[in-house]
Amino acid sequence: MSDTQQIEDRGGPAQPLLIVKGLVKHFPIGSVFTGKQVVRAVDGLDFTIDKRETLGIVGESGCGKSTASRLIMSLIAPTEGEIVFDGDLVGAAGGISLAEYRRQVQMVFQDSYSSLNPRLTIEESIAYGPKVHGTPHREAGERARDLLQAVGLAPRQYARRFPHELSGGQRQRVNIARALALRPRLIILDEPVSALDKSVEAQVLNLLLDLKEQFGLTYLFISHDLNVVEHVADRVLVMYLGKIAELGPVDDIFGRAGHPYTRALLASRPSMDPTRRRTQPPLVGDPPNPINPPSGCRFRTRCALAREICAEREPGLYEIGAGHQAACHATQADSGYGDSRRLAA
Amino acid sequence: MTAPAPLVRARDLHVSFVSRDATVKAVNGVDLDLDAGEVLCILGESGSGKSVTLRALMRLNPPNKAVVSGELSVAGHDMVTISDRQLSSVRGKVVSMIFQEPMTALDPVYTIGRQIGETLVRHEGIGRREAEQRALELLELVQIPSAKRRLQAYPHELSGGLRQRAMIAMAISCRPQLLLADEPTTALDATVQIQILLLLRQLQQELGMGVIFVTHDLGVAGEIADRIAVMYAGRMVEAGSTVDVMRGPLHPYAKGLLGATVHSGLRGTRLTTIPGSPPDLRHPIEGCAFAPRCPHALETCSAGVPEFRPMQAGRAVRCFRSEEIAGATTRPPSRTTPQGVLLP
Repeated sequence: MSDTQQIEDRGGPAQPLLIVKGLVKHFPIGSVFTGKQVVRAVDGLDFTIDKRETLGIVGESGCGKSTASRLIMSLIAPTEGEIVFDGDLVGAAGGISLAEYRRQVQMVFQDSYSSLNPRLTIEESIAYGPKVHGTPHREAGERARDLLQAVGLAPRQYARRFPHELSGGQRQRVNIARALALRPRLIILDEPVSALDKSVEAQVLNLLLDLKEQFGLTYLFISHDLNVVEHVADRVLVMYLGKIAELGPVDDIFGRAGHPYTRALLASRPSMDPTRRRTQPPLVGDPPNPINPPSGCRFRTRCALAREICAEREPGLYEIGAGHQAACHATQADSGYGDSRRLAA
Repeated sequence: MTAPAPLVRARDLHVSFVSRDATVKAVNGVDLDLDAGEVLCILGESGSGKSVTLRALMRLNPPNKAVVSGELSVAGHDMVTISDRQLSSVRGKVVSMIFQEPMTALDPVYTIGRQIGETLVRHEGIGRREAEQRALELLELVQIPSAKRRLQAYPHELSGGLRQRAMIAMAISCRPQLLLADEPTTALDATVQIQILLLLRQLQQELGMGVIFVTHDLGVAGEIADRIAVMYAGRMVEAGSTVDVMRGPLHPYAKGLLGATVHSGLRGTRLTTIPGSPPDLRHPIEGCAFAPRCPHALETCSAGVPEFRPMQAGRAVRCFRSEEIAGATTRPPSRTTPQGVLLP
């Protein structure tokens, strides 16, 4: 099999590129003294990513978005759940092998420095993956230089440099080039611009949007910055304490958010207008501990709309618009929310 | 303090870091005035010298490496020549600081209550027990829930937001006249960031402190500042009221920064960017430091360093061409090529 081309589309355009089913990751902690406890980092995720779309995942730190990305990249093994890539079950007999899956799914991390080998020149770093997958050395080197060009770093000038000789933005370009080296179909971007200065952030975001067109890519874009997600994503998934709070097209999430948590996140953004400053924090406190999440709806402890039903019953992911779902009792007429009493604060 | 003198006054402040291999000129002539009860935001990217300037105000730059020159006074104390003994009575009492990463700024082996109390015992000469009581009041002032229990907590037992609140409590414990804040919300989630900003704003008004707030985030500056000063390569390039700077930046760098900040309503468009990257301060810079990245740069821009010229009321800008640029209907800063920018 040649690996200079992207693997062809097998399932057709209607087949989602990635299907995540019931993904769960519990990290065991505790000792013989404290007893067994688990951190419910990811607690039941179901979603799909269509071909050539960008799915954005947002949420506060500790909500499980990075764990989710590592599960999807199969850097860690899930407690439960399965991943289907273009119709093939990942890592199962009759499905797609892990090695082949990892060729087609690549990742870019937040910390551009620690994700590059400090002893390899950037050309060697980019060529490393293709060599592992059987590309001859000369060809892998050529492709590395082509990719450096594609990410806006002149190969003659940069190919022989080491990571410490580059700025943060340049290193992140190298990481993107490396992710592209195996001609993947899905790229997981885990906070790719969070560590960059604003002027460089804009450069890298423009680059990512260009490369997506040029190489026909699908992105899973994880960020805590809602403005960035609004700019790049087609659909947005809002996570809270390991679960989906809301999922829908970007315009619905940003224009007609159904979940009170999403609305609070949106309202927490600085206003960018010094004459109209925020006067009330949209949310108080921090997210609860994922070791012992609240009963019922996990957001109820910080939610202004919480009623008794929210503590008793966990909301499902209700359809509130075309392709737009929210996990909130208040969005449903027949959920019993209307008859329920307010929770004592 | 005597009334007319500003709380902070800096004239031609220089800070450079000397090591065997290189001399980094981090701050290259900063003039700064801050009145009592005023909130100034210093805005800039990494390496712009904003944090070094802030640290100079408390003399926190490492004494064996940092060379400070120029004039710098805080509430009448000369921070360039101050003795170590005087310094320790000024720090905490007159000027105090909150940092970006509360986990490393707090001492992990002492409880929160003990750490806050320590400042009070040192500066106000009160006993341990009384200090503990005051610490409790301070924790309540910064809105830490179940403050009594939190007094006995160690830093690792608190969440990031609570730790930052505890650090604010410590910083304001002796009612300083000047509070310095070095990106105090950068490590926090957006929902917690806005809580901390609102808290700082409230405390600033209640206690009447002057605040210098360093950030790289224009949105944060818009939420808290009275005035904004934009720094680039160790110099102020623009200063003015928050509304003026955010509505109509004059310096091409400030303009670029505003254009490059992702906000609503830009979807489907290419972001305007500032091509290239900031200069390396290990090497001397000829002329305007921003000229290599500036869409309006002429050859003359590299000839000399532009002055920091006052414009309209309360505004100043360091650009040779600011009148022409402001006068013309400004075209947006250059857009990148589809392939991104070939960096110099």
